[in-house]
Amino acid sequence: METFAQVVLDGLLSGMVYALVAAGLCLIWGVMDVINFAHGEYLMIAMYVSYWLGFLANIDPVVSVIAAGVFIFIIGALTYLLIIRYTVGKPPLAALLATFGLAMFLKNLCLNRFSPNFLILSDTWLGGKTFQLGGLIFPAPQLAAAALALIVVGLVYLLINSTRFGWAVQATAMDREAAELMGIDTERIYILIFGIGGACVGIAGGIMPSYLAVHPEVGSLFGLIAFVCVAMGGFGSIPGAFLAGLLVGVAEALAGFYIAPVFKYIAVFGLYLAVVFLRPKGIFGW
Amino acid sequence: MALLEVREVTKKFGQLVANDRISFSVEEGSIVGLIGPNGAGKTTLFNCISGLFKPEGGQVVFDGKDITGEPPYRIARMGAVRTFQVVRPLKDMSVLENVLVGAFLRTSDRGEALTRAEECLRLCNLTAYRDRMAGDLPIGGKKRLEMARALATGPRLLMLDEVMAGLNTTELKAALDVILRLRDSGITLMVVEHVMEGIMPIADKVVVLDGGTKIAEDIPARIVRDERVIEAYLGAKYGRRLKNGTQGGSRD
Amino acid sequence: MMNTKVIDLKDALWLLLLAVLALLPLVPFVSGSFFGMHVLILVLLFASMAQAWNIIGGYCGQVSFGHSVFFGIGAYGAGMAVVTYGGLPWGGILAGMVLAAVVAVIISYPCFKLTGHYFAIATFAIVEIFNRAFLVWEWVGGALGLDYPVIEEGLANLMWYETKEGYYYCALGLFVIVFGIVRWLESHRFGYYMRAVREGQETAESLGVNSTAVKLGAMAISAALAALCGSFFVQYNLRVDPPMVMSLDMSMKFVLVTILGGSGTLAGPLLGAAVLIPLQEYTRAFWGGLGGGVDLMIFGVLIIVIVIKEPAGIIGILAGIGKSLARRGGTAQGGA
Repeated sequence: METFAQVVLDGLLSGMVYALVAAGLCLIWGVMDVINFAHGEYLMIAMYVSYWLGFLANIDPVVSVIAAGVFIFIIGALTYLLIIRYTVGKPPLAALLATFGLAMFLKNLCLNRFSPNFLILSDTWLGGKTFQLGGLIFPAPQLAAAALALIVVGLVYLLINSTRFGWAVQATAMDREAAELMGIDTERIYILIFGIGGACVGIAGGIMPSYLAVHPEVGSLFGLIAFVCVAMGGFGSIPGAFLAGLLVGVAEALAGFYIAPVFKYIAVFGLYLAVVFLRPKGIFGW
Repeated sequence: MALLEVREVTKKFGQLVANDRISFSVEEGSIVGLIGPNGAGKTTLFNCISGLFKPEGGQVVFDGKDITGEPPYRIARMGAVRTFQVVRPLKDMSVLENVLVGAFLRTSDRGEALTRAEECLRLCNLTAYRDRMAGDLPIGGKKRLEMARALATGPRLLMLDEVMAGLNTTELKAALDVILRLRDSGITLMVVEHVMEGIMPIADKVVVLDGGTKIAEDIPARIVRDERVIEAYLGAKYGRRLKNGTQGGSRD
Repeated sequence: MMNTKVIDLKDALWLLLLAVLALLPLVPFVSGSFFGMHVLILVLLFASMAQAWNIIGGYCGQVSFGHSVFFGIGAYGAGMAVVTYGGLPWGGILAGMVLAAVVAVIISYPCFKLTGHYFAIATFAIVEIFNRAFLVWEWVGGALGLDYPVIEEGLANLMWYETKEGYYYCALGLFVIVFGIVRWLESHRFGYYMRAVREGQETAESLGVNSTAVKLGAMAISAALAALCGSFFVQYNLRVDPPMVMSLDMSMKFVLVTILGGSGTLAGPLLGAAVLIPLQEYTRAFWGGLGGGVDLMIFGVLIIVIVIKEPAGIIGILAGIGKSLARRGGTAQGGA
């Protein structure tokens, strides 16, 4: 029973990070109906930012999170300005394929610059530390990442649901033309949404080098899991993506522990199929 | 026996009852008009008959067989084919190819399908647009394409949903002409129209819907004198005009 | 009817192209270049793969990112026939095609109820599930994959070591089969029905088209042909493991070559492959030494540029050039 609780806890902790990665994607999908295929690569770049700040300037990932978030905010906004803007009005696949091209570019840029080697940051503040509470072990880096994820997802949710800016975002998501008639600068909204979506995944990636090795392929799987969480949660629903993130984290941990590590992702993707075959628009979708 | 029988068909959207126990029949070889003000439930009823919607209650019987809740393609294969009020051209296919899709219902031979398609294009005055992309047609052309495509399937019952809306007097006359010719070739027609004057002169029978219920079913001459129809649908002014025998193009 | 019996200009051009392709290896300059032959073989293979995808993705409008699964099943069919059972590849190729079609129908049936991104992500998920299942499945070789033994070369074993001509003609055969089938479909009822379903499912249904059956049929044909391509791929590489064939990147190649060439057209997949594959192979050869990845960086940027600038693909660019040439020709004549 204790092992089971521990496995579920580990699942919940990683699930919260998935939720944060997914929240960024979810925002972009919900507002613009665009799947950003380079989302996982954003995460990878954020990890490199945090890694190099730690390696060269001895800044801990806990601090680098801010830099990584800002950096990916800028990359996100640039992605919109340089690529996504030109796919509006083209076939729905255009944005997906263009961002696939971007993902390919970013991944290979890092491969070329930083080699395919796994880079590990040693001597971080949180690395290797654990807490014990009621017989359960809480690894400090994962706990910090999960707490950070919870805070950021909460803030994004509040931003969208109870601010003037959020109101403008929702109006833009519902009907771009109508929003423009109401005097909303939708172009600005799109830039900011791409930026904020990027910042979410940037923050997630910023903290990760505390406990995870960095390499050019690290983002791909996270990207896929984020797609699954967003779709499982339902079109543009942040609570949905959050819940899906937790489900995915727990499913992954249970399958990995009780069946075999290789079944982790079979369980995750199987769970997605099971959910959408029952509810074709996701848990919170309509 | 009637070719189409609608028995007590009911369709609800949540609280809204779009069709409330509607019954009528369409005799083989006749032209039946289905009229009513906007929101009367005409298109909903069409969708129930053609299989796009599944009614909550009642039956649709075509050619003696219960077709309620059958998928649209099976109903079309049995010979009941409809057009859409909001035109739905297969945009990235040429006008000829659009009609070919219909023509392939009765034959898998391309040559035969081509002959049939060309015939339908001619009948609907579309031959000049043959190789244009359907998405590029003007709206009148798209309406005629709806009809040509449905016609190409070789239907026994052709259900036309407002194909005459927005036509000018000359075009209207041409359209009525086509409908009459189709009837003479043995096709039964059910015509939804908002333009009442359009359908009145050629219909054998008119069914009037209002607010989701059937309020009248009779020959056109009596329909235009029906008090309820005048009240509900035409408004007092229009009613007087029709009673006085004024006919011709709609003015608004 | 005018265009039923007589071969039209387009078909004549295709036949001419085939004749040129068939004679190409006889040109000493071409056949002497091992690398040149390799690139030609890959162009024909990827054109065929893209054309297989084009059936369901282009003509029928159902964008699947799951084709690497069918490709992989085909590859494993041939691979297991040779490696596991020590026989000729042919039975395995056939079994792979049939199995791919069956699997395609089984997994597509529930997926077709999903729309838009939900469908796309479901197909991603299926690739990942197959990939990982094959990694742990001992019977198919697991993570180690299957390595071909050294056996006699020739058409019976579908294997050559010293020269590439044999592979070249097999690839050409594959190309003829796949393009021939699509050409046939294009001009028959099923082809029209596929396009009608793409352009408007409800409209197609209202005209008597059983759209579910059409989509499943298109998927089955597409999957079987993708499997056929997969078995050629494994015979050419003499090795197969799960990430090599069943991966999202491989699935993307099916989609990219088609869309960049021009989806929903007969020539699109060939144009896409003829431009992208040499580009990929030559950038790899030239820039592969610069620390790796430069070739794929260029490729990535190229994808972005084409998608943004010309969503109709290379065939759209050609059509544009053709139009402006015709216009210029017209004005020149007018002026003279």
